[in-house]
Amino acid sequence: MARRFKSLAALLTSVAVATAPQLAMSDEIWVTNEKDDTISVIDIETMEVVRTIDVGERPRGITFSKDYSVLYVCASDSDTVQVIDPETGRVLHELPSGEDPEQFVLAPDDRHLYIANEDDAITTVVDTQTRTVVAQIDVGIEPEGMAISPDGKIAITTSETTNMAHWIDTETQELFANTLVDSRPRHAEFIKDGTELWVSSEIGGTITIFDVATQAEKGKIDFEVTGVHPDRVQPVGFEMTAGDTHALVALGPSNHVAVVNAETYKVEDYILVGRRVWHMDFNADRTLAFTTNGVSGDVTVIDVAKRKALRSIKVGRFPWGAAFRPTGS
Amino acid sequence: MNPAIVVLRAIVAREFLRFIHQRERFIAALVRPLVWLLVFAAGFRAALGLSITPPYQTYITYEVYIVPGLCAMILLFNGMQSSLSLVYDREMGSMRLLLTSPFPRWWLLLSRLLASTTISILQVYTFLLIAGLFGITMEPWGYVLVFPSLVLGGVMLGALGLLLSSFIKQLENFAGVMNFVIFPMFFLSSALYPLWKMAESSTLLRDICAVNPFTHVVEMIRFSLYSDMNLAAFGWSFGWTVLLLGAAVWGYDPARGMARHR
Repeated sequence: MARRFKSLAALLTSVAVATAPQLAMSDEIWVTNEKDDTISVIDIETMEVVRTIDVGERPRGITFSKDYSVLYVCASDSDTVQVIDPETGRVLHELPSGEDPEQFVLAPDDRHLYIANEDDAITTVVDTQTRTVVAQIDVGIEPEGMAISPDGKIAITTSETTNMAHWIDTETQELFANTLVDSRPRHAEFIKDGTELWVSSEIGGTITIFDVATQAEKGKIDFEVTGVHPDRVQPVGFEMTAGDTHALVALGPSNHVAVVNAETYKVEDYILVGRRVWHMDFNADRTLAFTTNGVSGDVTVIDVAKRKALRSIKVGRFPWGAAFRPTGS
Repeated sequence: MNPAIVVLRAIVAREFLRFIHQRERFIAALVRPLVWLLVFAAGFRAALGLSITPPYQTYITYEVYIVPGLCAMILLFNGMQSSLSLVYDREMGSMRLLLTSPFPRWWLLLSRLLASTTISILQVYTFLLIAGLFGITMEPWGYVLVFPSLVLGGVMLGALGLLLSSFIKQLENFAGVMNFVIFPMFFLSSALYPLWKMAESSTLLRDICAVNPFTHVVEMIRFSLYSDMNLAAFGWSFGWTVLLLGAAVWGYDPARGMARHR
């Protein structure tokens, strides 16, 4: 009953919004569906899929350019990175990416893409303007996670089989350090203005924290979900909440997202989401998180402040990555 | 004050008095659902993967799933307990005293039902409070909106107890009620497992569960706890309430009902 009142209130609000001048349209979350070769576009306001876009084979990594004018998608089995117009959903062109691109990161210069080529044990650097490969850097076996420091000086590739984080000097495009992490590193992020590097290890079940200045390990986060076998607690993607105070960590087949305090490195909460949660992204003010749940084929919306799953939205088969897109004027 | 209200108030006050004098009954009534919630559900937490069915909008743990069923369980056991005490009242003679009132019998019986329902609802809210302390919470509005569902469910299951009590000659026969009414009603419902899960093993069992009036009470409570309304469940519960109440009044009519033979 209250929901009906709520929907009436929402309707009145939307009418008010529609009649008010220059107010933002609803923002979107774009989700790659690994097995459907599509992208599902979720309207954040209505929390419904409003568009489905056909892309190359096995889309995984997804990111927008800084001004959100183009979308980059790793079409892993098409061995390419597709550049898509988000307005029309049409593929504008493809970038040379090396074989089997899985994850990538866009440099702060909004021009260079650092792409992990899982099958070739290399990291490919692509200039998105000239559409050429600028460099290929040998890294460990099965590279996957990619990160770049906020100043753009350091790029990180994690290799799943070598169990290392490889530190790349972006000026020389050469490795300057390799640091061991736990088994099968999946995802890396620079946080706290680039002073810390976090790397998640899927099989090791940990996140390793490095001091960027010295590349020394400064902490480790363990996870333990009540009632779930430790083997199934596999940290994969993670993102920081506003102000880098907490991290939300997708714990794969444990079907939970952990809330980690970024100061104490302690897990404060676990939130139940869909099956095999993989990656996530936030809305504009980072009050809502959208997690991709591969096996259950949906996206769970989390209220970050309340640490509560609000609802799960059906998308395509095996959703993998998520990217936020503002659509307001 | 309207004399009918005086009657209602007196009967509710008597039931309430009896209830607070039997503290162990209150505790026992709470222990039962809490054991289910904190022991049984904890054991099954990971075993039962629940997919999303209305009114839920995302994944839930098993503990969250069974809370509405356990609220209905409190109503069911209390309804039956109340019928047991009616048999006791009849054996002790206080029932005769009650029925000699000049008020229509249906009003006396309804008052009696409302009295036992009030007690049940108190227990349900205490149960929800304890569940909340263990972190199992519903939507804030749900706690308010569930009230009418609890009243209807309580009266319906109480009316069933009333009807049964008109059949039971002695207190000892209550064990039969446990075996043949309470347990089948509880287990053949959506209280412990969703109907689609039941359908995986047997569609016949699913169909039995779907027509079980107790399932409608459980679903009515489940939806209201999430500020939603299941019209079908509400309609069925209302229909069953009218039917069972009518049958119970008929059963207690000395001229026509079962009471005639005693």
